[in-house]
Formats: sequence, C-alpha cells, structure tokens
Amino acid sequence: MQVPAAFQYETATSLEQAIELLTRYGPEARVVAGGHSLLPMMKLRLAQPEALIDINGLGELALIRVDGHDLAVGAMVRHAELLASPVVGEHFPILRDAERVIADPLVRNRGTVGGSLCQADPSEDLSAAFSALRATLVAQGPGGRRTIGIREFFRGPYETALNEAELLVEVRVPIRSHASAYRKVERRVGDWAVVAAGAVLEIAGGVITEAGIGLTAVGAPQFVAEQAEDFLRGGRPDDEGFAEAGRIASRECRPTADQRGPVDYKRHLAGVLTTRALRAAAARAQGQEA
Amino acid sequence: MRITVTVNGEQHTRDVEPRLLLVHFLRDELGLTGTHWGCDTSNCGVCAVWLDGTPVKSCTVLAVMADGHEVRTVEGLAHGAELDPVQQGFVACHGLQCGFCTPGMMMTARWLLDHNADPSEEDIREAISGQMCRCTGYENIVRSIRWAAEHGGGARTADAAADTESAPGREEVRA
Repeated sequence: MQVPAAFQYETATSLEQAIELLTRYGPEARVVAGGHSLLPMMKLRLAQPEALIDINGLGELALIRVDGHDLAVGAMVRHAELLASPVVGEHFPILRDAERVIADPLVRNRGTVGGSLCQADPSEDLSAAFSALRATLVAQGPGGRRTIGIREFFRGPYETALNEAELLVEVRVPIRSHASAYRKVERRVGDWAVVAAGAVLEIAGGVITEAGIGLTAVGAPQFVAEQAEDFLRGGRPDDEGFAEAGRIASRECRPTADQRGPVDYKRHLAGVLTTRALRAAAARAQGQEA
Repeated sequence: MRITVTVNGEQHTRDVEPRLLLVHFLRDELGLTGTHWGCDTSNCGVCAVWLDGTPVKSCTVLAVMADGHEVRTVEGLAHGAELDPVQQGFVACHGLQCGFCTPGMMMTARWLLDHNADPSEEDIREAISGQMCRCTGYENIVRSIRWAAEHGGGARTADAAADTESAPGREEVRA
C-alpha cells in the first residue's frame, strides 16, 4: 500500500488565510489543490511536506472570466472546466487541444490549472501551451500581488519563481486575433507526452507578426523554442517556413533519453510536431478546422 | 482529525489521520468494499467514486478533503431493491468478467448518462478512457453502457439532479 508520510493538514478558507498558513509553516509546507501530482509524489516519498494547505475551498480562485481584454483563469479551475469552457474553446484552441490529451477525464475532474503550472513538471502540457501564449501569472504573497511573465516563471524542473508563502492566483492571457494549436505524441491514451508542441500565430497582411512555440518534455528552456519563433516573425505563414521552424525547434531543444524514447527520436518528434502545430494553427487562421 | 463525510446520502463521522486516502476510508472505516483499490497511482480507475457529483479516483483524494462533502459509491447506485439501468446493462451484456473494474466503470457510466442521455460509442470510450479492465473486456463494457442508455438509463437520476443543484457554482462571466 502506498501511503504518504504523516503531515499536518490545514484547510484554507480565504486567500489571506492560505498565505498566513504558508508563512506560519514555512518552506516545509505545500499547497494542495487537485493533488494529482503532489499526492502521488507523497506516496512515493519523493515529496514529504510537513504540512498541506488545502485551497479547494477557495471558490474565488475557481473562475474562468473575461476581464477587459484578458482571459483570466483562476488557479483552482479544474482541467475539465477549462476543456468545457466555450470562451476558451473559441479564443484559445491550443488550450482545448492540450486539455483533450491531458491524462483522462477522471483526473481532469480533479487536477487544476494552477497546480499543473506550479508543479513545473517538464512533461506537463499546460506549461508549454501557456508559454506559447505568453501568459501572465498573478501571484499573491504576504506583501501583496505581483505579476510574473510565464517565460520568467519556470526556473527548472519542479522549480518556479514563486517565493515562499506566495500563491498562484490566476493565469491571464490577452484575447487577440491569433490562431493556435497543440499536437502531442503519447505512448498510450492519457500518458505523459513523449513530445508535444504548441503553436500560436498572429498573422496580418499575409505576414506573421508574432509567433509562439511551446515544447513539452524535451528540456526546452522555459518550455519554448525562441529561435524558431524569431525565424517565423516577419515571414510568410507557408509550409516551407513551418518546416524550417520545425527544424530549428528540433535543434534548439534539449531532450534526454528515458523510457519514452531516445534523444534522436524526441528531436525528430519535436520538429515534426512543431511543424504540424504551426500548420494546424495557420489552417485555423483561415477558418479551417485542422 | 475528525471528519464528517456524506456517503450515499448518509453522514459518517470518524477520526482519521490526514494521510488516509479516501478509498481506504470508504473500505476500511465504513466497510464499503464495493469501491475497489487497484494501482494506487491514479492510472487504473477501479477506485472511481463521485465527489460532489463528479467522478474522481479516490486513491488520489485524501479522506480529509471529503470532509463536509458528498460521496457516492457503487453501493449508492441501486434504487432500493431495483438495480440502476447501468447495473442492469452490465448484467444483460456480460459487462464484467472478473468484476474488479466494474464498480468504477459503472460510476463513470452513470455520470456519463446523466450528462449525455444518448452517448455514441466514441463518447463512451472517451468517458471510460481513464479506467482499465484487466480482462480487456471493453467491448462488452461499452455495450453495457449503450444498453443502459437504450433502456431508460439516460434519464437523470434523482440523486444526480440533487448533486448538481447543490454543487458549488462555477461561473463564466463576460466583464
């Protein structure tokens, strides 16, 4: 039987109280949301927090809102809610694509958007998707609120820019005229990605004015392929350019060999999936579902 | 820590360690062994139960997280002596072989039919995609759920309607 080591359990009834509890318990405390990454790690004793602070009661963090020109996704929004949201589906197909292939429906019923990002697992899909979208994260700590660009958020595997006693509150993404897609290869349904790629394209007058490429599970710094993004910006959204962007992404990522495949295979997939995601995004920009 | 969990409409109060998992609370504390305990890693889904009206894997939920909440297990599926159409479907279509995955499969099936009265085969396969049948008897499981849909199982059960009404609101606001 896999059982976590003993810990203190606290239920937060407000954001302020959650931060107070985090302050009181210090670095040995962990926030638990859906618990679908943390509890398995605790069962394996890879994580052994002295205290768990449960934020499932914080309804204020469980909303999907359109706030001004931004989509604001609360940290406690469940994967299933993000997947089912009409506003997310309309403006951010990359998130819908990613959510469809994150674990399985039961896990998606419990796991949260904020938990996924704060876990900073190199194989987690939303990290790359939101990085491609250049999301802004809103964090709250004892000193108040601050915003962190997602490309400054990930400090390495399982490490983020959140300070002690700081809590992720919401993820904000500007709603603008762009097209996006996410493509993943997995060994079996519901598994972690062997490799996945997300693409975001803004196109004006037949020219790419901004590009975002997120890469999952290939050790891409900040989950993105910046050189491929630089290459695309200012170019035409055509197959030749997308193929070259794929080749660049394939070169700039840093996969490691594991049970999901050797380095060469992952590099190959990173290139192919980047190209496919770009093509799918471009097709959507022209009103075709791909 | 003292917790009170409503399971199949009945309140249970127990003193538990915070590290006790919901699946073990149901089986060992309450004696509700209909919920099975399988892989322990949230892969196999035999431990699926409803938490506040939504199916979850109870090996990856702490019992203390269910404090003050509502749980529905396979023991709460039948209506008195009358089996739920989903249970009848598993009987009619040989939806079980060893029976290990059956309670979890049926809880997810009940939820699916409450939200989609006429699911396609693809809808059914997607709904149960987080659950494994170690006998690989998926064909008959899908047939069983279709059978339930075709035999009045698609109607929302009174329990499900009540759960949805009492579930905390999730809004989508255009500001």
